[in-house]
Amino acid sequence: MTSAMLFMLLPLILVTATAVVTMLMVAIKRRHGVSCIVTVLGLSLALVSLYFVLPSSTQELTPLMKIDGFSVFFSAVILLSAIMIACFSYPYFVNLEDHQDEFYILLSVAVLGALVMVSNSHFITTFLGMETLSVCLYGMVAYPLHRSAAAQYPMEASIKYLVLSALSSGFVLFGIALLYAQTGTLQFTDLGQALTYGIGPVPPVYFVLCCLMIVTGFAFKLSLVPFHLWTPDVYEGAPLPATAFLATVGKIAMAALLMRFISDSALLVNEAIVFVLALIAGASMLFGNLLALLQSNLKRLLSYSSIAHMGYLVIALMTVDRSADSLGVEAVSFYLLAYALMSLGAFGVMMLVSDSEQERDHIGHYQGLFWRNPWLALVMTAMLFSLAGIPLTIGFLGKFYIFAAGVQGAQWALLFTMVVGSGVGLFYYLRIVYGMLTPLDEDLLLPVAGLKELLPHCLLFLLLALLLLLGIVPGVLMQWLAQMASAL
Amino acid sequence: MIVLALVAILFFGGAIAWASEALDARMPRAVALLSLLASAAVLLIFCFSSSPGVMLAGGQWWVLESWAWIPRFGISLLVGVDGLSLLLLLLTLFLGLIALGAAWNEIQERVGFFYFNLLWTIAGVVGVFTALDLFLFFFFWEVMLIPMYLIIAIWGHENRAYAAMKFFLYTQVSGLLLLLAILTMSYLHFVQFSRFSFDYFDLQNVVIPGALQTWIMLGFFVGFATKLPIFGLHSWLPDAHSQAPTAGSVLLAGVLLKTGAYGLIRFTLPLFPEASADFSSIAMTIAAIGILYCAKVAFAQQDIKRLIAYTSVSHMGFVLLGIYAWNLYGLQGAVMTMLAHGLSSAALFMLAGGLQARFHTRDMELLNGLWVKLPMLSAMALFFTVAAVGMPGLGNFIGEFLSLLGAFQSNRVATIFAALGLVLAAVYSLWVIQKMFHGQLRVPSQYASAGDLTLIELLCYALMAAGLVWMGMYPQSFLDVSEVSLLYLQSLGGGGE
Repeated sequence: MTSAMLFMLLPLILVTATAVVTMLMVAIKRRHGVSCIVTVLGLSLALVSLYFVLPSSTQELTPLMKIDGFSVFFSAVILLSAIMIACFSYPYFVNLEDHQDEFYILLSVAVLGALVMVSNSHFITTFLGMETLSVCLYGMVAYPLHRSAAAQYPMEASIKYLVLSALSSGFVLFGIALLYAQTGTLQFTDLGQALTYGIGPVPPVYFVLCCLMIVTGFAFKLSLVPFHLWTPDVYEGAPLPATAFLATVGKIAMAALLMRFISDSALLVNEAIVFVLALIAGASMLFGNLLALLQSNLKRLLSYSSIAHMGYLVIALMTVDRSADSLGVEAVSFYLLAYALMSLGAFGVMMLVSDSEQERDHIGHYQGLFWRNPWLALVMTAMLFSLAGIPLTIGFLGKFYIFAAGVQGAQWALLFTMVVGSGVGLFYYLRIVYGMLTPLDEDLLLPVAGLKELLPHCLLFLLLALLLLLGIVPGVLMQWLAQMASAL
Repeated sequence: MIVLALVAILFFGGAIAWASEALDARMPRAVALLSLLASAAVLLIFCFSSSPGVMLAGGQWWVLESWAWIPRFGISLLVGVDGLSLLLLLLTLFLGLIALGAAWNEIQERVGFFYFNLLWTIAGVVGVFTALDLFLFFFFWEVMLIPMYLIIAIWGHENRAYAAMKFFLYTQVSGLLLLLAILTMSYLHFVQFSRFSFDYFDLQNVVIPGALQTWIMLGFFVGFATKLPIFGLHSWLPDAHSQAPTAGSVLLAGVLLKTGAYGLIRFTLPLFPEASADFSSIAMTIAAIGILYCAKVAFAQQDIKRLIAYTSVSHMGFVLLGIYAWNLYGLQGAVMTMLAHGLSSAALFMLAGGLQARFHTRDMELLNGLWVKLPMLSAMALFFTVAAVGMPGLGNFIGEFLSLLGAFQSNRVATIFAALGLVLAAVYSLWVIQKMFHGQLRVPSQYASAGDLTLIELLCYALMAAGLVWMGMYPQSFLDVSEVSLLYLQSLGGGGE
């Protein structure tokens, strides 16, 4: 490996170094603030280094790693999300009667896993990345274990996530092994031939089953219906920063990986796989939105809504192919960025008014917020409108992109399901907005830990600005994504 | 620049109005008044100072301008004003001022935010009436919804949560179908001309195969017909209108319904001539059913605002009828009905709002014989009711007469049934007048001291009445403005036989 190649791995090295340095600092003296600052700085450095790493063409660094415009884009989104979550974590954990520092170490290592997931096209690296991310997430979900109030929830959530995540990893691993047994390679390779005609005596159905196993495992982590059962409980039980991390970084890395797998392996030549994906997408959109309807816990509501959003995403994933003017890759990338921004905003507001002792995750907590704290209500409303796909926000353009990709792929049934699903979705997003508009009888203040901190407010402002800016003038970003997609 | 200036004045005016609340609770309405007057002045100066030119694109445009926006999808800020747009812009700003008058004393809570929403709704409508890029059009189409939702949800009456939600869901879901149809058009353009485009003039060149054309046309139709609304998709309207505060009802009935009709005239029929021609008999049948059914339902209402809402649906049937006749009479009739109904329904909602402000009820059973107590208000009510019925000499008559005249040439059966609606309209209107304003005086006793019209109210009603008389007495001045545009649109093809 030459030094130039090593340089390409700079972001990964920096993230690793962040985790190590944080750990060493903790060994010397525990200081919550210092750990947070070190983590944020390290991740920010990694983010900046992406600019220098951005290659003009795809770079293979050993068969295991692959750096291209695609991986840099997703690395940037992941790092941005992680930095924000780290900043929001400080006010959230500041009152925790326990050590806070390890959360940041787990966070850095989880980011490392996510970065590895988006910069490879090799099954071994894929699996390593996935497991690194998951193992750290178990810890993050169960983090406030010694919290006096409602301590059983994080543990329950973590165990639930552990068991199901391990199961899905098992599926993925089995699929990989079966594929390897016939193809003899662990690279993502073009399976188009194998899926249509088989290889030698092995029939195509063998390969279809292998691919479906891998896709199933990925669908577990993306919490697509019918593999979604863990999602609401884990979202609810986990502390808010972990939930936000799971909802953004976890989903983005997994979706990017799935997109690369579908694209490189030409999975979509097979009718059966397309059919299964369509079923998964349709079911996710319908069930996700319907189940979210009557939730009064915001975390659960957002978990179901994330199921629906991942369902929308699958429509775009189904149009990812290698033809020159396919919109699929662009649509997925744009949508994931949009999803990251709006989820971070929504969870950010929740983190700002919560702390580790008391989470304010019930719709009732936000009643009349418009008249009690207009700024937070404005941010939350913008995020919810974006999630609902209303213009002026990036969420609308994301939905527009998915529609465009779906029209291109002539997925009419799924698009109609999406229209219906979005209609249902509007209902529960508006229910929250309406709650925030309805004044409380008594003027209940929102007693919160982080409200006085300036930095999280700046971050919310940044998110809001990005949400609106990219929702109104997305031209530059779209051009860039189009270039990236054509280079893939 | 005119369009940009209008939208910018309203957007920034709204923001300033909101911010100015911190200084004084009376500031927002003053700011709103100023920005509405400023935009009206800009539009009027523009009207008188420039004359339409014939552009390459076809048709007669006062302005046709374009700036790049999202090059990836060939989306540009393409805006144009032709005769049709101009009339509707004038109506929008005029009713904006009327709505302001209606809100002037009614809105006492969170005033800044209210005027912000009011101005943004108007800005969205201005955008809708001028956008010629379909993406931009859809953008404004949705932008005008959110502030209206907030107006209903925050300042509405007792059942506002339900009404606001229903309003938003109906328009949003039908809007998504519209978006899907627009995107399909754009993709077909991509397939045929190898680039995406949302440009109205580009999309006219797209050749759409038979069955697909019907589906895309239906997407457009549903999107616009929900807003109009047509019979079958109208159930959001009585709720939204009756629960909205007066200014909200005025804007909803006067302006927002017209955006649906405008969309049909501007986009649905010209872009899908064959499919629309096949569809015209169905649309005209729906129109006739809507006219009769909603007139009948209006007769059964106790809530005065619901009654006016149902009559609105009924009158919009004439608009639909005129549009799908797709000849010059029918189109002129539809446009005249839109303008006249804009004024008369706005006035009626304002009257109902005025009654509610005085007596805290909209129930007709509780209010009788008001003429003795409120002579001026009652006289105004009589005037606008008679106008809505279609009394010759007032604007609504010209509109409905021309619509029927046009429709008769293309679909006799539907027209004959639709004409019966005029009789029903007379029945329910006179019944309301008799019940509420004649006979023994009876009002809720605790509000017995309510006074007659205030100066602001009187001014608003006088302006609207003058407008209706002008339309009724000398409609030619309006017909001339829209004629060339309508002829151009008609030449693109469309319904009728």
